[in-house]
Amino acid sequence: MKITNNIVEKHGLKPDEYSKINELLKREPNLLELGIFSAMWNEHCSYKSSRIHLKNLPTKGKQVIQGPGENAGVIDIGDNDAIIFKIESHNHPSYIEPYQGAATGVGGILRDVFTMGARPIALLNSIHFGSPEHPKTKTLLNGVVSGIAGYGNCIGIPTVAGETKFNSTYNENILVNAMAVGHAKKDKIFYSKAKGLNKSVVYVGSKTGRDGIHGSSMASTEFNENSEDKKPTVQVGDPFAEKLLMEACLELMKDKSIISIQDMGAAGLTSSSVEMASKGELGIELHLDKVPCREEGMTPYEMMLSESQERMLIILEDKKEKDAKKIFDKWDLDFVVIGKTTNTNNLTLKFEDKIVGEIPIDALASKAPLYERKWTKKKLPEKKINIKDLKKIKLEDALIKILSSPNESNKSWVTEQFDQMVMNDTAQKSGSDAAIIRIHKKEKAIAMTVDSSADYCKAHPLTGGKQIVCESWRNLISVGAKPIAITNCLNFGNPENPKIMGEFAECLIGLKEACEFLDFPVVSGNVSFYNGTNKKNIDPTPVIGGVGLIQNTQNKISHVLKKEGNIILQVGKTFGHLHQSIFFKEIYSITEGPPPEVNLSNEKNNGEAVLKLMNKRLIVSAHDVSSGGMIVALAEMCLPSEYGLKIERPQKLSNLKEYYFGEDQGRYLLEIEAKNLLNIKKILNENNIFNESVATVQKHYFEMIDEFKIDKNELYKANNKWYNNY
Amino acid sequence: MNSSIIVFPGSNCDRDISDALEKLKFKNTMVWHKDTTLPKSDLIIVPGGFSYGDYLRSGAIAAKSNILNEVIKSANDGCLILGICNGFQILTETGLLKGVLLRNKNLKFIGKDIYVKTINTDNKFCNKYKKDQVLKFNIAHNEGNYFTNSDHLKELEDKNLIPFKYCDKEGNMHEENNPNGSLNNIAGIFNDKKNILGMMPHPERMIDQMISGNDGANLFSSLLN
Repeated sequence: MKITNNIVEKHGLKPDEYSKINELLKREPNLLELGIFSAMWNEHCSYKSSRIHLKNLPTKGKQVIQGPGENAGVIDIGDNDAIIFKIESHNHPSYIEPYQGAATGVGGILRDVFTMGARPIALLNSIHFGSPEHPKTKTLLNGVVSGIAGYGNCIGIPTVAGETKFNSTYNENILVNAMAVGHAKKDKIFYSKAKGLNKSVVYVGSKTGRDGIHGSSMASTEFNENSEDKKPTVQVGDPFAEKLLMEACLELMKDKSIISIQDMGAAGLTSSSVEMASKGELGIELHLDKVPCREEGMTPYEMMLSESQERMLIILEDKKEKDAKKIFDKWDLDFVVIGKTTNTNNLTLKFEDKIVGEIPIDALASKAPLYERKWTKKKLPEKKINIKDLKKIKLEDALIKILSSPNESNKSWVTEQFDQMVMNDTAQKSGSDAAIIRIHKKEKAIAMTVDSSADYCKAHPLTGGKQIVCESWRNLISVGAKPIAITNCLNFGNPENPKIMGEFAECLIGLKEACEFLDFPVVSGNVSFYNGTNKKNIDPTPVIGGVGLIQNTQNKISHVLKKEGNIILQVGKTFGHLHQSIFFKEIYSITEGPPPEVNLSNEKNNGEAVLKLMNKRLIVSAHDVSSGGMIVALAEMCLPSEYGLKIERPQKLSNLKEYYFGEDQGRYLLEIEAKNLLNIKKILNENNIFNESVATVQKHYFEMIDEFKIDKNELYKANNKWYNNY
Repeated sequence: MNSSIIVFPGSNCDRDISDALEKLKFKNTMVWHKDTTLPKSDLIIVPGGFSYGDYLRSGAIAAKSNILNEVIKSANDGCLILGICNGFQILTETGLLKGVLLRNKNLKFIGKDIYVKTINTDNKFCNKYKKDQVLKFNIAHNEGNYFTNSDHLKELEDKNLIPFKYCDKEGNMHEENNPNGSLNNIAGIFNDKKNILGMMPHPERMIDQMISGNDGANLFSSLLN
């Protein structure tokens, strides 16, 4: 078949990219080869627009075993225990087919983690929908939540934390980010780098079908009116098959038979084989007749580009085939040697005794296009609104309105569709600042959280990038964990637009500064560009997945109030920043102005001081102050507890609304016993940490002296009605 | 006490139950679904999970597996059988327990902590509990809505074959404390001889106060009595 301009365009390749292919091959590609280039050179697989910026992120640290570049990041938590984790997007498929898109997003990220030798121990998600009034939102919400549930529940990994948000910016392009966390022995970690010549390349797992062909290319373009037609590019998930694959792989990993292993994710057989060969600086030869196929008459093109799920590629040590096959037979999975490693440095594809495609590996990997795209800076917007000029609203009315808004409402409608307890190590579930999972049969536990703040990032990407790292760090500290490292999922619009590329570049600078300052390195991640429809881009939405360590699970801390008479101490200073706050957005529909300032040294000092108090066992419960400000955080401490609060009006005060709804950063609310107050204040003051008592725990009522007194049940009702009425 | 846990490829609560049994010093064996014989057992547990994927009706394929024939034989010989969640679904599919588990009334998967009240404690499984005790258990299922014909329902009530019913924290058994729509708030049932127990809640998830609670521990220690 003659490759025409039309065919090149349909493969998502630009004319200059096609010329480069001709140059690298020193001839025209055939259709199979063109398909392979298109799969490897698209944004999703090649990171061609982002690599130049990603390389600036801090990725090393005392506890980092493996940073970005592998299937997932690996950190050291002592005693030969390692934690392996990563977050990934499945935005485009989930918009087209919400159940399968979300389900396979979970499946894909789980494979990334168990490929490296870890048993997955937790799943998290960050899901963003359009405005609740948008006609598609309800269907998408239902489909995505049940897709995540369907996959995670079946395979038996607890889904323990996440965020569900609504914002009209996602009306035509939702975000579905899934994070998986696994536990491995530090001396039993598996990598994707191929080693040695003439080693068997083995295909294991489910059969290859015609689903998901060009999935990653679809994820590398904007949507338009015809995007519904792309349904066949969405993969179909089979969590039962994944369970079998996971158990079989983990069983095989007990032995020393694996040289390298790589899951077939985006761009399936193509990217997995190229990845392994490229890292090992080898060639790889595949006999496509041997690929287990679900359907008859599949062509090499379809086999190489299929994104059928639940498949792995393994390079085995010599003479290990028989024993390895036994394990996959036990689990009723295909196990077929489909090729070998070579010294040609080519990807060589054979079918019906002929070579049907031959491409130098480096042309697909290291020589893939790299773009330094133009980008523009965004100025910090000015503060234009004065609260005194706005229509008056009672403090308690504003609070109730915020607590019953879609974004701040109780999310148990979502989280109760997940099995949060399977594996029996879930020490803290969804709804906390961070989830806590005990390391099986050990004292220690890890804490995990996913966070994003698109409004801040939109207003000023640089500050937003910093803020979101700090938020993750604060959430981990709030449950008593020492923050260790993060994974990031960078959801942005079209990188060919300098304004969007600017949002990306500046968010990353913010991320870098905060990660460096807090010694909170990035160990894995994923970039998702082209989130938008018909030139309308989504707001920049970097999502951060943070992981921290708790030495003894018994020392975990929750945000649930514990005892009448206890005092709530706020750490960190309140300035009353209302621009970009939930208060301005929900009550006045004001979305302009700068986000709250991020002071990294305050963040670090405040966080470390809180951890110090926790380690001295002086903190009864804790909560970070984030969206909605102090008053929402105080209410959130009451809601799951048996208690209310008596809040003291501040003595020196500019404006009550600014004080209580302001979203100033670096703040924590700590519940402490009254007898420890002086001692705690002394420790904080000695370290120059600003602190003030703000409330006392009482029964039944959430009240502010001289302002309002609300029955706690009213608060609860307000917070629990939205999802049930939607 | 010798126990066996049947492991299907899609079981996912097998390890949790094995941990619970280990804590109480049971002599436990994991039995793979392709095995055709059972080790000598006083107790056989069919665990939760998704046996063979459950793309067909939950438990339907597992009920036809070779190893289940052995379980049925042992059950008829009086061996104690405990089916939890998917295990309960499998036991109803084999006919060892009567009735069926329909989709939850809200048509969604439900994963949360709930309360149950002990109705019958005069049996091998619940003798360490007090009658009318309120216990916190965890449920995680799509099909836990117990249904049976009215004659059988009457028999279950009359012969006291219901060990647990869903309730609220104070022990009130109303429709609003019924998470999945089960008839009469039924959370678990016995066969006539009370050597077979099927239940939707997971007692094995409540054996450690630090994690979630320990109201499930007495179910396992009852078996040792």
